[in-house]
Amino acid sequence: MALDQLSIVFGALADPIRREILARLTEGEATVAELAAPFTVSQPAISRHLKVLERAGLVSRTRRATARLSHLEAEPLRDATAWLATYREYWEESYERLDALLAALQHEETDRSHTVDPQERSTS
Amino acid sequence: MTEMKITAEPGVPQILGTREFDAPRELLFRAFTEPDLLVQWLGPRKYKMTIDRYEVRDGGTWRYVHADDAGNEFGFHGVFHGTPLPERMVQTFEFEGAPGNVQMDTATFTDEGGKTMLHMNSVFQSVEARDAMLQSGMEEGMNEGFDRLDELLAKLVANS
Repeated sequence: MALDQLSIVFGALADPIRREILARLTEGEATVAELAAPFTVSQPAISRHLKVLERAGLVSRTRRATARLSHLEAEPLRDATAWLATYREYWEESYERLDALLAALQHEETDRSHTVDPQERSTS
Repeated sequence: MTEMKITAEPGVPQILGTREFDAPRELLFRAFTEPDLLVQWLGPRKYKMTIDRYEVRDGGTWRYVHADDAGNEFGFHGVFHGTPLPERMVQTFEFEGAPGNVQMDTATFTDEGGKTMLHMNSVFQSVEARDAMLQSGMEEGMNEGFDRLDELLAKLVANS
């Protein structure tokens, strides 16, 4: 995915209400009224959020009878997660190695405090 | 141990990260400042890390190289700003493959009774510079995250 498109996707994801809407849509398609129900914001406000998600390619909308249904489009999210992965991997791998090192250092310190240092023994 | 959290807000040239460690703060500080310890953890295992210099003092400079098995070498250098302390370390960071692109990293260590919380704050010259680093800088890698985004994305992708 182009960086510009990623920016649009991440811009759309930056809002907590829009993230809640996407989370709701993972359970299946929904009308604006259904999507607005958990929130204190108005239906027109939810519609505006849906337009932002639609522009980012995260949501598609179809009309059934009088209702407009929103569907989740997962492809841009898959691209976004791929884009997320490597930086996290770099640091998570580093920090896992650091965890092991810290554990080893603490182990050494414990050992030292339990055994008598040869130098100490000679002077005591 | 908590998972690493990474935050990169749209339009802000900054990356924030937090990670908890099951070790006292002084020990973490040693792992960040003693070269023979640093080479044991910084960067993925596939890179061999060599430290040219690591002057842990106000105005001190550092330089290290990550080398892979194919012989590719990636150099990085920077300067410590202010005296590095177990509470807080500030330094610049520059990948030698992209000279003049400098980020400023502030690491804050919070003592949590035997455990330590690391807060990382990386500031870039522009949003574009941040995104370029996330995309391809530092040999590899990128990330953009928001509060709870990872969980949401995992859920969304798993459900699709």
